[in-house]
Amino acid sequence: MTAERIDLPRIDDFPTRRIGAYRVRQGRPFPHGATLVPGGVNFSVFSDGATAMTLVLYRRGDAEPLEELPFPPEYRIGSVFTMTVFGLDLESLEYGYRAEGPFDPARGDRFDPGAILADPHALLLSGRDVWGVPPDWSKPYQYRSMIAQEDFDWEDDVPLRTPSEDLVIYETHVRGFTRHPSSGVAAPGTYAGLREKIPYLRDLGVNCVELMPIFEFDEFDNGRVNPATGERLHNYWGYNTIGFFAPKAGYAATGAFGMQADEFKALVKDLHRAGIEVMLDVVFNHTAEGNEQGPTISFKGLDNATYYMLTPEGYYYNFSGTGNTVNCNHPVVRDFVLTCLRHWVSEYHVDGFRFDLAAILDRGPDGAPLPNPPLLEQLAYDPILRHTKLIAEAWDAGGLYQVGHFPNYGRWSEWNGKYRDVLRRFLKGDEGTTGELAARVAGSPDLYGGRGPAASVNFVTAHDGFTLNDLVSYNDKHNEANGEGNADGANDNNSWNHGAEGPTEDPEINALRTRQMKNALAILLVSQGIPMLLAGDEVGRTQLGNNNTYCQDNELSWFDWTLTDANAELLRFARRMIAFRHAHPVLREGRHPLGVDTTGVGLPDVSWHGVDAWRPDWSPGSRLLAVMRAGRDADGAMDQLYVVMNSHWEGHDVELPDPAGGVWRLFADTGASAPHDVHDPGAEPATAYPGRVYVAPRSVVILTRSDD
Amino acid sequence: MTAGVTLSTAGGLTVARVEGEITSATAPAVQERLLPLAGRSGTLLVDFSAVTYVSSAGLRMLLILYRRAQQAEARVVIGGLSPEVRFVMSATGFLGFFEVADDVEGEMGRLAAEMGRVGP
Repeated sequence: MTAERIDLPRIDDFPTRRIGAYRVRQGRPFPHGATLVPGGVNFSVFSDGATAMTLVLYRRGDAEPLEELPFPPEYRIGSVFTMTVFGLDLESLEYGYRAEGPFDPARGDRFDPGAILADPHALLLSGRDVWGVPPDWSKPYQYRSMIAQEDFDWEDDVPLRTPSEDLVIYETHVRGFTRHPSSGVAAPGTYAGLREKIPYLRDLGVNCVELMPIFEFDEFDNGRVNPATGERLHNYWGYNTIGFFAPKAGYAATGAFGMQADEFKALVKDLHRAGIEVMLDVVFNHTAEGNEQGPTISFKGLDNATYYMLTPEGYYYNFSGTGNTVNCNHPVVRDFVLTCLRHWVSEYHVDGFRFDLAAILDRGPDGAPLPNPPLLEQLAYDPILRHTKLIAEAWDAGGLYQVGHFPNYGRWSEWNGKYRDVLRRFLKGDEGTTGELAARVAGSPDLYGGRGPAASVNFVTAHDGFTLNDLVSYNDKHNEANGEGNADGANDNNSWNHGAEGPTEDPEINALRTRQMKNALAILLVSQGIPMLLAGDEVGRTQLGNNNTYCQDNELSWFDWTLTDANAELLRFARRMIAFRHAHPVLREGRHPLGVDTTGVGLPDVSWHGVDAWRPDWSPGSRLLAVMRAGRDADGAMDQLYVVMNSHWEGHDVELPDPAGGVWRLFADTGASAPHDVHDPGAEPATAYPGRVYVAPRSVVILTRSDD
Repeated sequence: MTAGVTLSTAGGLTVARVEGEITSATAPAVQERLLPLAGRSGTLLVDFSAVTYVSSAGLRMLLILYRRAQQAEARVVIGGLSPEVRFVMSATGFLGFFEVADDVEGEMGRLAAEMGRVGP
C-alpha cells in the first residue's frame, strides 16, 4: 500500500508548555543549532560549564530582544540545552544565547551573562549584511544568528569528483575578483559577480576555484589606518571566522535580503555546470575571539575551556599568531569541525577544503603534536567527506613545519612550500638548484613517495606573499600601506626585480619580467602534482610590492580587468599552457615517474638532460635542466614531451634526444616574442633544426613529439 | 502587511494578479491561492506588477509554484517583476527557472492569442 502524502500530526508537533509569549516543548539534542521542525524551530546548544542557559529572541535588527526564554532544567540532556519553540517568524527572527556560569579564567571559564552569544552552529549570521557598511558598535549583540531555510533547487548537481591529479586550481577572493569597476558585472564583489565571470574561468582552462575564506567574518575587526592616506583598513582576507556554518553575507549581492546561502549555492551549481570544482579555504586553527583581551562572541562565553587550547594558568596558547588556538583534537571540537565540513559538502556541494595553518590540527589540547591526530584521521575516513579533497597548509605560526610529512592517511595533500621556494630560486638564477628542481618537477617523490604526486599542490605564488608580477618586479616587500611600518609580511621572498624596483619604462627590463612570468607558468604547468595559480597572475596583476594585502580592500588587491587587454600576451600564454597540461596525460599520471620504461614505449617515463642529451649537469653552477617525459595517452598512443629550463643569463644550443621515429615540435619558447612564444596544443610547428634547439637566456622551451 | 490575489481566466490562460508585500507572513496565503492553479493544464501568468516587496519566502514560493507546474506539465510565466526583485532572482539563480514576461499586457495578449489557436 502506498500513500500520496503522509502528513498526519505527530505527538511532538505539539507544544507542552508556555514560556513568556511562546509555546515550547523539550527539544532534541541533535543536530546542534537551530533546525526547522513541524510548527517550530528546534534549538540545541552545548555547554559543559554553564549553570543556566537562556534563548534570546530578536526581531531582525532590533537592539532589544523580543523575549528571553530560559531553558527549564528538564530541557538539558547531558551538557546540551535543547528546546523546540513554536510559532516563530523565521524570516525576521534573530537569536542568541545567554550563558550563566563561573568567571574563573585560571580554570578556563569565562562565562559572561551580560553577553549575548552567537550560536556556533548558526546557519546564517546577520549584522554585517552589506560589505563595508560601518557597524553600530553600541549594539550589544553584533553578530546575530538566524534561521535558514535550507531548501535549494540543486537539480542533479553533486560535487564533481574530478581526479586530483587533473586539477588546475585557481586561488581567488570572492570580493577581489570582481570588485574593480572594470569587471563589468552587475553586482561587483559578490558571489553573483563571480558567477558572471565563469566564462572567463572556462576560457582560462582552470577546473577548480579555491576561494579565500567565505565563512562569516567581520571586515571591521581591523583598527589600523593607512598612514599615508588616513583611510581605515579592513580585514579584507577574512582569516578570522565568526560563523563556521554561515556564508559571508557581505559577499552576497542579496545579503541584505538574507539570501546569501542561495546566492552562494547558485554560484557552486553554475561552476559545477562549467566543470569547475569549488574548494574553500577554511580556518579552523583560531577564531575571531582573540585572546583574553579579545571580544566574547560565541565559543568563549559558551565553553572557553573546551574550544580553546589553554595554558595551565588559563591563558590562550597562540600557535596561530592571532591570539588563540582552537582546541581541535578535543572530542567535542572534533565533532564541531566534522559537522561543519559535512555541512559544506552536503548542503553547499563543496568539492574540497584547504586548511589554513593545518599543522595546528594535529596538536593536542596542550599544544604538543600528536602522532596520530584523531581529527585528521576522522576527516580522512568520514563517509560524507570520503571523496572531498583535503589540502593542508602544513605549517603553523608556532614553528611546526610538516611539508612532506603531514599526517595524511593516504588522503591529505599539502601546499608544497618547498616547490615554491626552489622554483623561485631557480628562476632568479641561484646556484645549486637544478637537483632539487628536478625532484619538484617530478612531483616531489622525495617528499611524497608512496602518497603519489597529487599529494603535492605546486605553486609559485599564493595570496600570502608577492603576486607573480611583483615577484619579478621587487627585491623587497613594500607594506607601508598596512600601517605597521613595513614590519608585517614575509621577508624571505626569493624575489628579483631585474634591475629596477617596481614599475619601470625600461623596455628590456619589462620584456625580461614578462619572460620570467612565462617561465614560472610554464614550469608550474609541466610539473607533476596539482598546479595552483593565484588569480590575476595570468594577467600580471600587481600589488605594488605589498606582499601581505590582508587589510587592503582597494585596487592593491582587486583584479583589474583592463589587464586582460594590457597583458593579453601573458594571458594567451597562460591559457595555452593550461590547455597543454590538459592535453598531455603524461603530466597528470597518478603515480610518480620511476626513471624506467613503465609503459612499454621504449623510453623511461622520466629522464634528465642538459645542454647535451642524456647528460644532465647537477653541478652547483648549473642553471640549465631538461626533462623528457614519455608515456601513453588514454588511447594507448605515445605521449612524449621535452622541457628545457634555462635560468642562465646566456643562451644555449641544446642537443635533443633522438628516439626512434617521430619529430620534435615546438609548443612553447618563452625566449621568442609573441605570437611565436606559444602555439596551440596539437598544432605545433616542427623545430627549425632536427636534433637541436636554441634556448635563449632565462627561458623555457617545451617540445612535443609526433610521428611525422 | 497584506497580500492579495485576483484571478481572471481567458481560454487556457489564467492570470493571477498578486498585490502587496510577499513575506514569510503573507506568502503562505498567496501560495495557497496559486498552487492549485499551477496544477491545471494551460498557462498560468503570475503578474507581479502590483507587488511592492518580495522577501526570500516570496521567492521560495515562486520556486515551489514552478516545481508544482513542472510536475503537472503545466506552464507558468511570471510578469511585472520590479528591477529589484529581478536582480535578487538573478543573483540567486532563481530567475533561470522561469519564463519571464517583461511586458505583462503584451504577454497576456500574446498568450491569449496562442491559447486561442491551440485551444478547443
